[in-house]
Amino acid sequence: MLELKNISYTVSTPEAGEQTILKNISLTIPDSKLIVFTGPNGGGKTTLAKVIMGLVTPTGGQIFWNGEDITALDITARARLGISYGFQQPPRFKGITVRDLLTIASGDSKLSKDQCCRYLTQVGLCANDYLDREVDVSLSGGEVKRIEIATLLARHSALMIFDEPEAGIDLWSFARLTETFEQIHREHTASMIIISHQERIIQLADEIIVVGGGELRHRGTTEEIFPLIMADTLGSCPVLNR
Amino acid sequence: MLTEIDSRLLEKIADLTGKPVGAFNIRKDSGCEARQSTEHIEITPQSEGKSGIVIRIKPGTKGEQCHIPVIISKSGLSEMVYNDFYIGEDCDVDIVAGCGIHNTGCDESRHDGVHTFYVGKNSRVHYAEKHYGEGDGNGKNVMNPQTIVYLEEGASIQMETVQIRGIDSTKRYTKIVCGKDAEGVITERLLTHGHQEATSDMEIVLDGENARGRVISRSVAQDESSQLFYPRMVGNAKCFGHVQCDSIIMGSAKIRSIPEIAANSTDAQLIHEAAIGKIAGDQLLKLQTLGLTAEEAEDTILKGFLA
Repeated sequence: MLELKNISYTVSTPEAGEQTILKNISLTIPDSKLIVFTGPNGGGKTTLAKVIMGLVTPTGGQIFWNGEDITALDITARARLGISYGFQQPPRFKGITVRDLLTIASGDSKLSKDQCCRYLTQVGLCANDYLDREVDVSLSGGEVKRIEIATLLARHSALMIFDEPEAGIDLWSFARLTETFEQIHREHTASMIIISHQERIIQLADEIIVVGGGELRHRGTTEEIFPLIMADTLGSCPVLNR
Repeated sequence: MLTEIDSRLLEKIADLTGKPVGAFNIRKDSGCEARQSTEHIEITPQSEGKSGIVIRIKPGTKGEQCHIPVIISKSGLSEMVYNDFYIGEDCDVDIVAGCGIHNTGCDESRHDGVHTFYVGKNSRVHYAEKHYGEGDGNGKNVMNPQTIVYLEEGASIQMETVQIRGIDSTKRYTKIVCGKDAEGVITERLLTHGHQEATSDMEIVLDGENARGRVISRSVAQDESSQLFYPRMVGNAKCFGHVQCDSIIMGSAKIRSIPEIAANSTDAQLIHEAAIGKIAGDQLLKLQTLGLTAEEAEDTILKGFLA
């Protein structure tokens, strides 16, 4: 179980002065749940997710993972405790192959081709075409994104955070990806936090959390929240409202 | 007699454990430790008082290897070696060179070598050269290799050079002259640290029609070390050449990369790319989210980059 208590994040720059990115956020995510963070761009979704992974250090509040205070733990320690994170724009590596990344992610230096194949198939890639390819600029954005998601699957972590997993992925691969999320959810093997604007993913969620202006604006089931999102979308457009 | 240190050096530079198979020449402290010719590959000493060897490979030799490692374990030893390779037509051979220095003294150990290849028509050569230095003394390890290759029609050479740590000063000069339909490829891997200095001067001259040349250089400069790259591609006919230099800079190191492409024919198609940068922060973060420490992540990135 993940618990965030009064998480705040404030940055200060000479140009803009002090800016509050996250305002006193408290949140509990029980085991095996699929939670979707959604909301307007710049609202704080990615920062909140990065705070959980340790990629951003909050200026206030505490984070508990299975009852342990992990606020002061670094990224590596959190990863080893079972938290993983899929970047919105994953980095590329010259000289590091898809197999290398999956091997590192799994923690098994003898990870077999069959196992690699299983992870890649879950994101719609064929191992024969990709295993020995370098994760460099020769791969498209969508390919790198799917490999990123495969590395999370290889970690078998208890909490998987995905930042806009659908971005840059074609429709066919996206359908395969949502099946994978559904399967993980059905098997109750992990909790998932997915930052997404995709209706298909939102519909898979146990709970939707709308993050905006650095706060949790709404929380609820798909049935409760989806109409609010649609109303917000139309309501905020002055042209459509005329 | 090879000592334990010698054996370790041989393993580092030539992946040799025990006696090599096929033709070989092991040079130790300026002397010949062991030599073996085969039916198709003949190794003889240089004449006219020059130090070094002559390797003659008969036409049609395929699938054979030739190992010619050099090891220096005497501190203060300085040598100039000339090795000439005559490779007949229609060959396909692997040549593994390399130099290892173990210097525990206070004097400079130095190996300067000139390798000249004459590669016959339609022959393929894979040439690997590893440089390695070690020792706990204050004596410097210095290596200045020169490699000159002449490729006849349809011939090709894949040259892989690796120097990872241990060599305090190196000035490398490599030149490949490509005839018609010939191909020269240089893959260079270099890591310097401490106060080491490395200069790599490379030139591929595309003389013949449909000649192809490629330089792929990757380097890492750490601490206070400095590197200078000067890869040049000259197109004198209808040809294709590509120079690609990538460097990772760390600590207080300095890197200069000066690629040059020169066309002397309207049908020459030449490209160069050069980049110097530090390890990207998001690469380190990504690997940490996979459970590696920051140090392990850096090591993984460098190993991959130099693989």
